[in-house]
Amino acid sequence: MSACKDEDPRISNIKTRIRVVPNFPKSGIMFQDITTLLLDPKAFKDTVDLFVERYKGKNISVVAGIEARGFIFGPPIALAIGAKFVPLRKPRKLPGEVISEEYVLEYGTDCLEMHIGAVEPGDCALVVDDLIATGGTLCAAMKLLERVGAEVVECACVIELPDLKGRERLNGKPLYILVESH
Amino acid sequence: MAAEDGHDHRLARIASSIRVIPDFPKPGIMFQDITTLLLDTKAFKDTIDMFVERYRDKNISVVAGVEARGFIFGPPIALAIGAKFVPLRKPKKLPGEVISEEYSLEYGTDKMEMHVGAVEAGERALVIDDLIATGGTLAAAIKLLERVGVEVVECACVIELPELKGRERLGDKPLFVLVSAV
Repeated sequence: MSACKDEDPRISNIKTRIRVVPNFPKSGIMFQDITTLLLDPKAFKDTVDLFVERYKGKNISVVAGIEARGFIFGPPIALAIGAKFVPLRKPRKLPGEVISEEYVLEYGTDCLEMHIGAVEPGDCALVVDDLIATGGTLCAAMKLLERVGAEVVECACVIELPDLKGRERLNGKPLYILVESH
Repeated sequence: MAAEDGHDHRLARIASSIRVIPDFPKPGIMFQDITTLLLDTKAFKDTIDMFVERYRDKNISVVAGVEARGFIFGPPIALAIGAKFVPLRKPKKLPGEVISEEYSLEYGTDKMEMHVGAVEAGERALVIDDLIATGGTLAAAIKLLERVGVEVVECACVIELPELKGRERLGDKPLFVLVSAV
């Protein structure tokens, strides 16, 4: 696993805290497990700090986190930069009126939902998830935000799987990551 | 909705930021929606601060959060008090070796899982969720932690539905909540 360029000294410890679990959820997949990162308070804090240092003072009014692991990293960032936190969820979890965006999976499709009224036109948004693979989920998240008139400033993930070229599915929006895994 | 401690001015704002959605997920249920609290940056910060103030000097080394809304409140608390965050998840979500605890639903049962090795015997833990209703989920979380020798110090929720008597299902474990919804 390598880090992105201009490596901050905190990143090396963050990398070592991520556990790779082979053959999950199915054979051949090397699953990047961030739960072990969360067991190291310093590494978890450093992870959040790296994002906060990048986004504080940039007028970001919304942090949108993708269920469920985006709920772990998004709120601490939102709290530190003074932004709203907006959960983007699987179907039928959000209780109020929602808008939905369908996206393609390896087999079939899935849907991401957001509450109506959570985000307003002109809001500047960050999209946060633990990892970007194919980029399908992040792309759906960005579409949801843009449909209600928000500007997506950047997508931010702890881990990127660059071989899956997810970056190319973000319609030109920038992606910021802490570690790459090949 | 009544705030637990009338002397803390933050509670009124927290209580009023929670949206009640009638008939979700089914007729007759008044769903307590915390997503509107997350849109009020002051109310969200105050919510976290109130838990942090209570727990920071209690030698708590683990904050266990119940999927998925426990993932929103647990990590900021864990980060602020220097504790590990441990996600408690629905079946087949955690990639590594897990222990499982089954619990009753209104119809049927469900299972909650935790990674083996996430917590160690002798650790002191907090269990966090957004809301306590019947207490079934929190009771299962307590059991999971106690099975591996962890001492559950307290359960903490933003909202309690006191009429459902969830407090009584927690055995001898104390419960701390910010707002009561009758």
